[in-house]
Amino acid sequence: MKIPRLLQAVLVLAGVYFGFVLVFDVILDAVIPSSLLAMYMFFATAGVFMVFTYDEEQTRELVAPIKALVEDPSKRPWRNIVFAILPLAAGAGTYVQMQPSLEAPLELRTIHPAPPSTAKIYGKRVNLLKLENPFRKIEKEDPDRFRELVGEGAAVYIRNCQFCHGDKLDGRGPYADALNPTPLNFQDVGTIAQLQESYLFWRITTGGPGLPKEAAPWISSMPVWQDFLKEDEVWKVILFLYDYTGHRPRSWEHE
Amino acid sequence: MNRSGLIICLAIAAVVFPGLTALAQEVAVAGAYAPAPKLTTADYPTIAGVNSRIAVWIFAQLHLWFAAFVLAVPIFVFIIEVIGMRTRDKRYDDMAYEFIKVAITAYSLTAILGGMLLFSLILFYPHLFNYLATIFTESMFYYAVLFFVESAALYIYYYGWHWLQGGFKKWVHLTLGLILNAAGTTLMLLANAWLTFMMSPAGVDGAGVFSGDAWAAIHNFLWNPINIHRFVANIAYGGSIVGAYAAFKFLTANGPSERAHYDWMGYNANFIAICALLPLPFAGYYLAAEIYTYSQQLGITLMGGIFAWLFIIQAVLIGTLFLSANYYLWCGMGRSDGAKRYTKYIKYIAVVLVGAFLVWFTPHTLVLTNEELKALGGPHHKILGPLGIMPAKNTAVNVMILFTALSFMFYRRANKIATVGWVNAGNAIQVALFTAGIANILFLGIYHGYFTNTVYKVAASIPQVLTTVIVIVGSITLDSFIYRGSREVAPLHWGRIPARAQYALFLLAVSFTWLMGLMGYIRSGIRQHWHVVDIMRDASADAFTPTLGYAANVVSVAAILFMAMVIFVFWIAQVSGNKTLPAGYWKEQPP
Repeated sequence: MKIPRLLQAVLVLAGVYFGFVLVFDVILDAVIPSSLLAMYMFFATAGVFMVFTYDEEQTRELVAPIKALVEDPSKRPWRNIVFAILPLAAGAGTYVQMQPSLEAPLELRTIHPAPPSTAKIYGKRVNLLKLENPFRKIEKEDPDRFRELVGEGAAVYIRNCQFCHGDKLDGRGPYADALNPTPLNFQDVGTIAQLQESYLFWRITTGGPGLPKEAAPWISSMPVWQDFLKEDEVWKVILFLYDYTGHRPRSWEHE
Repeated sequence: MNRSGLIICLAIAAVVFPGLTALAQEVAVAGAYAPAPKLTTADYPTIAGVNSRIAVWIFAQLHLWFAAFVLAVPIFVFIIEVIGMRTRDKRYDDMAYEFIKVAITAYSLTAILGGMLLFSLILFYPHLFNYLATIFTESMFYYAVLFFVESAALYIYYYGWHWLQGGFKKWVHLTLGLILNAAGTTLMLLANAWLTFMMSPAGVDGAGVFSGDAWAAIHNFLWNPINIHRFVANIAYGGSIVGAYAAFKFLTANGPSERAHYDWMGYNANFIAICALLPLPFAGYYLAAEIYTYSQQLGITLMGGIFAWLFIIQAVLIGTLFLSANYYLWCGMGRSDGAKRYTKYIKYIAVVLVGAFLVWFTPHTLVLTNEELKALGGPHHKILGPLGIMPAKNTAVNVMILFTALSFMFYRRANKIATVGWVNAGNAIQVALFTAGIANILFLGIYHGYFTNTVYKVAASIPQVLTTVIVIVGSITLDSFIYRGSREVAPLHWGRIPARAQYALFLLAVSFTWLMGLMGYIRSGIRQHWHVVDIMRDASADAFTPTLGYAANVVSVAAILFMAMVIFVFWIAQVSGNKTLPAGYWKEQPP
């Protein structure tokens, strides 16, 4: 038996929808956000529409049941039922969408705010566009000394940072659950791997209060670490962050 | 240019523009340039309660849309005219003439809107304009001169079209087209210098004091990336607007021959748009990478900061461009009786295109409900997170481009039957080329994008692009050999295309327009509270960055205004061909 094309299209879309849910929510155990699923389904529907309508004959076949429902006198009872159900469904959907909820409102958090071009850190004005990690050059010049510096950075990290950012640098420290937004996951390729070391230096030393005014309202519970750590310690922590995660800082020079 | 040269130049300019006399005297007397002014809110005039930022924004945007159109159309009109000359197929010449006819009305609107932009800048932002005019005195003068050259060339090119036909006269006409394009392109390059100076100032010191080296100010860090991006984008945009014109004419056509003509015109316009669209993502990526290289502040504001969500809308619109361009090609296969051999592959192309498109617009920052946040244990998504950064996007867009090229190749083959003996071997080589190309693009994207540092990540985009170019050029070249001396299945049935394909052409033009508006806003908006980044601060009441919704609304209103004007241009181009012969109105004249 040949499946009508309209039903084929509906089945394909249902397959795509449940495919996403099955793959993400069940197999990969990483739930697919409903907002993204809605966007995916919108364009999957566009794709299905394109495939099912580029040809005149196939398009006629696709819309034939809808046309018959609207025009065929023998389908009047069905037409009445559909025409009653559609507005009711739309109304119900709108009601559910608009119903007040106890859920906290969604918050769009941009991954990293833009830094200023200069900032006052440790009492001096620093040009963040040109600032470099003073220890980075030691990586090639003296690898053993570099390992020591990374180790010192690790010690500073474990004493001060892991409570929020986690001992695996994955943003899942013991305090992480109490914070909203949750601390940054440095293992994610979308965080420190995309940034220059000067950015990390600025973000660590000036913390939440140092975030740019023009990008307000930012929310961040990051302390102002220049009040607690020495400049060298911050640079060593940065070495450790990149070393442990295996990422490389953003730079413009080939190694 | 040295100081005396500048003074002479200003003096000459002063003959044409008396307003510049004072400035010429000032430069000569002072002998040095002043630093960028430090402004207060009182330095920005309030006129009739008009919101100065919105006024300048909308005039600039409308001017830019029309300018892009009138810059692009003569470029491909010139190319089509050359094709017509070579093939001696008059249809190309007629089509080129019809394209330029549409552009001629748009040209007047471009000039009017450019004037409005200039007046609004002088009136609402006098100190900024004065500062820029001090630095770009010469280029502004040359701009005015070139504008006259362009206008003269355009009018002779258009009105002399039927006069300058055949033999030497045709060559004269073609030369005029070349002058027109050279003037138009140079105009764009000059204007680009002014706007990129505001983003990446050069030729000035930290206080904004101009060194006197005009070339340094023009040749600033972002000038060439913008030049390349705009040049390519303008051609794609021009193609899409002319495609919309052809669609409009197709839908209102009176008979099959008119429908066939405008179907053919729409196909050619779409072809131009696609040809320019294919390299556009690379030009855009190059521009963004250069912005990031110039300043991590601008770069992060652009793609990781407050404008990141507009980039998702941008991704959606670019994907829409690819989908509608492909859909038009698939619908167009109905013109051929031999297309059935290839239509069975369309569903697979669609799956790849939509799949790549989904990766292309997956945001880095996901919108999560609290329940989803809890289920994931934080905002990081282990599968979707890596799809949010550029290596995934670059890989996806290269795949989209390759499959769009594949759609085009199927379209070209649809009506032909190869007669060479090695057709199977040729096809096998093409399949191998595509397979190897896609494998290489995936390898470069995944390995260099996620397992090396950012230098290699950014650099990997170049071999990705080269792979795509090699596959496309190689396959199309091979195709031309395979189908040398081929037989046609049957004559192509121009006009045999569903009306909804014409709406795909409209969608292409609308998406392009909105996209340019949004991206133009982002490019300008990343300066945030600076007129000239780090040099001249914006102290006006509107120095804040508007919310995304507000900005999108302004761009949308501007886009609707532009569309209304474009419909007017289409209508007026049609009206010129209408004739009314009122009976008994005119007095009979004796023979």
